[in-house]
Order: sequence, then structure tokens, then C-alpha cells
Amino acid sequence: MSEFLQQLLNGISMGAIYALIALGYTMVYGVLRFINFAHSDVFMVGSFAAFHVAPRLGSGAVAGGMAILCVAMAASALLGMAIEKLAYKPLRGRSTLTVLITAIGVSLLLQNVGQKVFGAEPKAFPAIFPSRTFHLGTVVVNSTQLVTIATTLLLLAALHVVVHHTRVGIAMRAVSFNATAASLVGINNDRIISFTFALGSALAGAGGVLYALNYPSIDPLMGTLPGLKAFVAAVLGGIGNLAGAALGGLVIGLVETFVSGTRLSTYRDAIAFGILIAILLFRPAGLLGRDRVEKV
Amino acid sequence: MTMATPNPSGDALLELRSVTIRFGGLTAVGGVSLSIGPGELVGLIGPNGAGKTTVFNLITGVYPPTEGTIRVAGRPTGGLKPFQITRLGVARTFQNIRLFPSLSVRDNVRVAFHLHLAHDAAHSLTRFRAFHREESEIDARVDELLDIFRLGPHRDAPAKSLPYGDQRRLEILRALATRPKLLLLDEPAAGMNPTEKAELMRLIAFIRGKFQLAVLVVEHDMKFVMGLCERVNVLEHGVKIAEGTPDEIRRDPKVIEAYLGVDHGS
Amino acid sequence: MRFPKSQLWLALALVVAGVVSAFSGRINDYFLDVALGAGINIVLAVSLNLINGFTGQFSLGHAGFMAVGAYTSALMTTTFASRLLPLVGGQAWILFPCALLAGGLLAAVAGIAVGAPSLRLKGDYLAIVTLGFGEIIKVVLQNIDVVGAARGLYGVPAHANVFWVFGLAAVTVYVVWALVNSTYGRGFLAVADDEIAAEAMGLDTTRYKVTAFVVGSFFAGLAGGLYAHLKGYINPTGFDFNKSIEIVVIVILGGMGRHVGVVAAAILLSVVMEPLRRFGDYRMILYALLLIVLMLTRPQGLFVWRSGRGTA
Ligand SMILES: Nc1ncnc2c1ncn2[C@@H]1O[C@H](COP(=O)(O)OP(=O)(O)O)[C@@H](O)[C@H]1O
Ligand SMILES: [Mg+2]
Repeated sequence: MSEFLQQLLNGISMGAIYALIALGYTMVYGVLRFINFAHSDVFMVGSFAAFHVAPRLGSGAVAGGMAILCVAMAASALLGMAIEKLAYKPLRGRSTLTVLITAIGVSLLLQNVGQKVFGAEPKAFPAIFPSRTFHLGTVVVNSTQLVTIATTLLLLAALHVVVHHTRVGIAMRAVSFNATAASLVGINNDRIISFTFALGSALAGAGGVLYALNYPSIDPLMGTLPGLKAFVAAVLGGIGNLAGAALGGLVIGLVETFVSGTRLSTYRDAIAFGILIAILLFRPAGLLGRDRVEKV
Repeated sequence: MTMATPNPSGDALLELRSVTIRFGGLTAVGGVSLSIGPGELVGLIGPNGAGKTTVFNLITGVYPPTEGTIRVAGRPTGGLKPFQITRLGVARTFQNIRLFPSLSVRDNVRVAFHLHLAHDAAHSLTRFRAFHREESEIDARVDELLDIFRLGPHRDAPAKSLPYGDQRRLEILRALATRPKLLLLDEPAAGMNPTEKAELMRLIAFIRGKFQLAVLVVEHDMKFVMGLCERVNVLEHGVKIAEGTPDEIRRDPKVIEAYLGVDHGS
Repeated sequence: MRFPKSQLWLALALVVAGVVSAFSGRINDYFLDVALGAGINIVLAVSLNLINGFTGQFSLGHAGFMAVGAYTSALMTTTFASRLLPLVGGQAWILFPCALLAGGLLAAVAGIAVGAPSLRLKGDYLAIVTLGFGEIIKVVLQNIDVVGAARGLYGVPAHANVFWVFGLAAVTVYVVWALVNSTYGRGFLAVADDEIAAEAMGLDTTRYKVTAFVVGSFFAGLAGGLYAHLKGYINPTGFDFNKSIEIVVIVILGGMGRHVGVVAAAILLSVVMEPLRRFGDYRMILYALLLIVLMLTRPQGLFVWRSGRGTA
């Protein structure tokens, strides 16, 4: 039983991170209808930004940790916007494949430039938040997991407010619903798209920091696997659907954690893809998505 | 009331029986019955969004109906994929032209011959004489069709480079090349000038005679439909409100109210 | 009556490959190595071109099929060689082509397994699923002890020579060319251009897509077998996402759905990139920039002058 609770806790904190990354995929897909392959590397850059400012902002205290987190989010947001402006915007209106291939190129570029700039070897990530361990019965709760879950909830709440109660958020949903109609009612689609990238990338940056806290080691290729799993989470929840992305992240985190506890643990990285193929076969619209019939 | 009862005998080429489709909450087509005999030239009209294109999509199996049955030459088409329905002898064009844009004009037509091809992947690989003989035959027949439609001079150009009117005609030609018994044309005259429209009317009448086709035409232009078709069905909000000869339709008060009154002179 | 010219070309290519092979001892080792690498890349790129270029699907898992072929054939000539050799009269030169063929066939089966569920997916979704498939293959290989798990498989005999590599490259080029150059074969291009219109023309689009996947992965499997018997050593990470990307880059560079362009790009990239292998990351940076710049400036490919696909 306590074993179960322990895994549940681990799974939720893992799932929280996937959820943060998945939101970025799903938001970008919403406004541009393509998979931003480079998103997982923005996540990586977020964790490196935190790594490099941590010594200066003083880690180990809550305020310092928050400051570091904000810097990482800002850096990621800037990077996301820059990628959109330089690589994707010139391709507006071109085929999905053209944009997808470009995104793959950007992803490879970030990874390999990252290896040059940051060095290829893994680096130990500092404990930027106060670190303590609590014992609830036999369940071990460490403060990193609490920080992960609390930060994620905070960010989800903030995202909810932005998307539903600010002009720019409502405009974002409008573009996502129907880009042509949105531009007809005077919404500046380019600005909204840029904002969407900033928002999604900031969340990925936060995810990067939290991930690094939990696996205190970072390297330039670290984004790939969590990125792919988060993408699966977005599809599982129903791509384009924000609540779905959060739910999908949670499900993937839990499934993966529980599988890790079994004999199949060495296959854990393949599980997400198994789930992906299964959803696409049986419920391509995802858990919370609605079926869309292509108009002919 | 000019609701002619649908042809009840089994020899109808196409028969829709209370066909309904809903997209979410929207009933795009509600309980439509319709029947077309071999060689008939029938029109389907109605205001924008009435469900005309959706009827085509239902007939060709792009969407499965929510309720009702569709038969082609007596055979229910439920569960068949679009390509299987095409093989039963139903070919179509699309409201928003869907050619194979990067293929040459010739290859666009050639693809449609595929249906009646004796050879397959293995023959393409071995490339024996029988293969070459069949390919030459197809070449000749494609050229013949291209000449009827006066598209011969463009045969090697990519389809996307054709002028709009030629693209529309190429799409009809491509559908014809599948050798259908029933041809569905979705707004074939859209975007054409009066001269082109007149020419298209003659062309449709001509191919219908030459290839012994039944034709179902969706068209906005009343003059076009009334001048071309022997029988006209009227849809409004997904429901069939009238059926009859062009003269009957012109006089039908419901049609005048629903359609002509709104969209007159278009 | 036309003369079957195309088969003559194929036969000629095979003869030339055989003759050159007989004299390959006199060729500079480094040059030979690069040339054989280029030959394998031709097989990989031309077969991927059938899937991505002609049929308009987007597979990012070609290295996965390559892995299936590489491991199958390498197992047959190493671990299971003692059991298999007696079946072919103890002749290693017979076992090798059988092993290649088996690798190709198993890769083709994998192609069905991936192709079939992927058929309802388009563009980016398909790309992710095939990528995922490649990763699954890698993870599975890393977990199987018979194939050396993460350590890889050593001591694969060096059977791959000029004849086998360039002979199979010629066969691949011929098969893909012949397949799409017919009334039947135009169906692949039609599926790529507009699937709904293709269905409306009576084309069984599902079948075309599966065929493309099966043929494409069969040849990827052969290429894997050649690779294993050229390098003498394989491990799961040799068939990772980066390898798939390399093949994709070649196809895009050469022009999707182009015969000559893709072969030219395979040669060009192998020759230019091979010396860069020493520089590791810089090489991948170059690939990445190449992809981005190509998409921004020349998405139709480097070697494309005429419009219209399936011509050259
Ligand atoms: N795939 C679809 N999903 C949702 N609604 C659809 C779809 N196809 C058609 N509709 C709706 O069905 C109605 C009828 O459309 P359509 O058949 O195209 O009309 P028409 O061809 O008569 O102009 C419209 O309201 C349209 O928006
Ligand atoms: Mg319509």
C-alpha cells in the first residue's frame, strides 16, 4: 500500500512536468496546426539557463529558487519567440511538412549547438530550492516533489487566468478556433502566434527547471525523451486541448512510474510510444478532444 | 406540391432512402430520398449550405450516413470505402477542384484508367511486352479524351498550371476516365464566364450521350441547371422541398420562397 | 513493340558492379570505404523516397527498418552461422545473400506493422509515430541479450563488397523507378497529391501506402544488412533518430519524388559529409542548418529544375 502511495506521488510529480511541456505542444498546434519539434530543446535550454544563473541568484532559498525559475522561463520564452520569428514565420502558408522539417532542423541545431556551448557531458544541477525529506508513515516525500507539484499547479492556474480572462488569451483561443475568422474580426494573428510561442516556451522552461531538480543532471540532449513523451501526452489528451494536455501528462507520468516498478522497467521509454500508437488507432481525437471530420 | 415519388423499382442507378447525416448538433442532410435512373440528367439545387455537397459526399462514401441507406445499381453502399463506390460506377468532381496538382494533365487522366487496368505492381517491375502494350493503349485513349476536351495542347503541363476553367474541365474528364455510369458534378460552372458556361452545357450534354451516363449536377446558376436538366431536386436546410421538371420547379411557390426569392439572378 | 531497355540498363549496372568488384583490391581503401558508404546511402535514400517522396507519407523511422535488417542478417552470419551454414552446403557466399534477403523480408514485415496502423495518420502525426517506432526498435534491441544488448554485435564477417553494394543500389533504383513509372505507379503520386481525390478515382489508397512502406522498408532492411557486413560491428544507437534524419536530409536535398536528384544527393552528401565525421557535432550542426536553409529557400530540393514530380 505504501509502495503504491509512493509510486503515486512519484508519478504525479513526473506527470506534472510532462503536463507543462505538453501544454506548449498543444497551444502551438492549436494556432499553427503543426508539431513544434524544437519545443523539447527549448525545455533543455530552460534548464541550462537556470543552471547558469543559479550561482548568481543564490540557490537554496525559496525566493532565490523562484527568481531562477522566472529567469529560465523568460529565457525560454525569448528563445521560443525567436525561433518562431526566424524559422517558422517565413514559412506561413507553406505545407505542414515544410514547417515540420524546419522544426526538426531547429531541434537538431539547438541540440548540437548546445553540445558545443554547454558541453556534451552531463552537469549536476544544484538544489535551487530548500531541500528536505519528510516521512509520512512509510512514504518518503521530498520537498522537490512538493515544489514540482506546487509550481505546476500555480502555473496551470495562471495559464487558466491568462487564457480565459485576458484579451490576449481570448484572442489566442479565437485564432486556435478559426484563424481566418479571427483575422477578420481584427485580431493580429502574428502577434497572437508570437505570444503563444512565448507562453508555451515559458512553461517548457519551467518544466526544464523542475525536471532538472528531480533528476539532478542536465545535458544538451536531455529534451528529446521528455519532449516526445510530453507530445504523446498532448495527443493523448486531445491535441489543441489545454485541459487534455495536463491530463495526458499526468496519465503518462503515472503509467511510466508504475511500469518502472515492474519487470518491464527497462522498456519504460518505449511505453509512451506504445500508448501513442494505441490512441491514434482507437481514439485519434484523444481523451478530451472532439472528432473533427475533414470537410471535402 | 410536385414531390414525385422516388422511382420504386429496383432498376434505379442510384437510390437514396431517407438519408440523414449530422455533424455534431447540425443536421446537414435530413431524410433525403432521391432516385436516378440510367442515362438521366438530374439537377440538385438549393441555397448555400443547403447540403448539396454533403449529399455528394454521402453518395461517394466520404461520410457514412447517420441514418438511411444508399444503393448504387441496387447494391447498398454501407460500409464501402470511397474507392469501392467509384468501382461500382460512380465518379465525381469536387466543388473546390481537387486535381493532382503536381502531376501532368496526361497523368491526371491516366490515374483514372487505373480502375480498368489489367496490370499491377508486378507487371510494372517486370515490364514485359503485355505491359507495354497496355500502356500504349492507355496513352492512346488518354489522348483521345484530351482531344475531346480540347486539352491536348496542355498534356504535359502540370495540372496546377492550367487556367481555372481548364482545371474544371480536366476534373470532369478525369472523372469520365473511370468510365462511370453515374457522374456527379459539384458546381462545374462556378467561376466561368457565360461563354464558357454555354460551352460546358454543350459538353455535358454531349458526353452524357456519347458515354451513356446518368449525370447529377449541383449548380448555383439557375439558367444552367434549368437549361440542362430534365429533372430538378431542391434542397433547403438539408431537406428536400421539391422535385420536378424545370418548369414545375420554376412555378413551385415553396421553391420561389426558399430559393429564387433569396438568391435570384445569381 | 518497345525493347525492354530498362532491364538492359539494370543488367549492365550489375555487370559493371561485378567487374569493378573483381578489381576492387586496387582501389584506395579510404576511397572504397566512402564509395561503399555512398552506395548504401543510395539504397536507403531511394527506398525512403518511395515512401516520403512519391507516396507523400512522412517516415522518420527509416533507420529502424535498417536496424531490423542489420540485426537479422548479422545474427544469421554470426551467432546462428554454425547452424545455418550446413543448410547451404557450408558456403558462406550463399549464406550472405540469404541473410540479406531475410533481413529485408523481416524489415518488410516491420513495414507492414508500422504502415498499417499509420495509414489514417497524416503528415506530422505519421512522422512522430514512425519516429516512435524507431525508438521502440532501439529500446527493444538494447534489451535483448542474444543481439548483444547495448554493447552491440561484434565480428560480423565483411561480406559486403562493391558488387553487393552497388548491385543492390542498382536494383533499388530500378525497382522504385519501374514501380512508379506506369499507369499503376502514377497511383503513388496521386495519393501524395490528394488522397481524397485519389480515392474518388477508385484508387485503393491504403494499399498504395502499405505497398510503399513494405517495399521501402524491405530495401532499408537490405541496406542494414549491407551496412552490418561492411562495418563488421553494429549497435542500437547506430540506428537512432540521427541516422533517420540523415536519410531524410538526402531525400529532401535531392528533391522528394525525384530519381536522379536523390541518387546524386546520396552521393554528394556521403562524399562531403564522410570527412566531417571526425568533427562529430559540427557535422550534425551542418545537417541542421542545411535542413533549415533548404526549407526556407529551396523546399523542392537542390537538384530540381523542371516542375512536375516523377520526371527526373
Ligand atoms: N465535415 C463537416 N463537418 C461539419 N459540418 C459540415 C461538414 N461538411 C458540411 N458541413 C455543414 O453542412 C452544411 C451543408 O454544407 P454543404 O453540403 O457544403 O452545402 P452546399 O454544398 O449545399 O453549399 C453546412 O452548414 C456545412 O457547414
Ligand atoms: Mg457545396
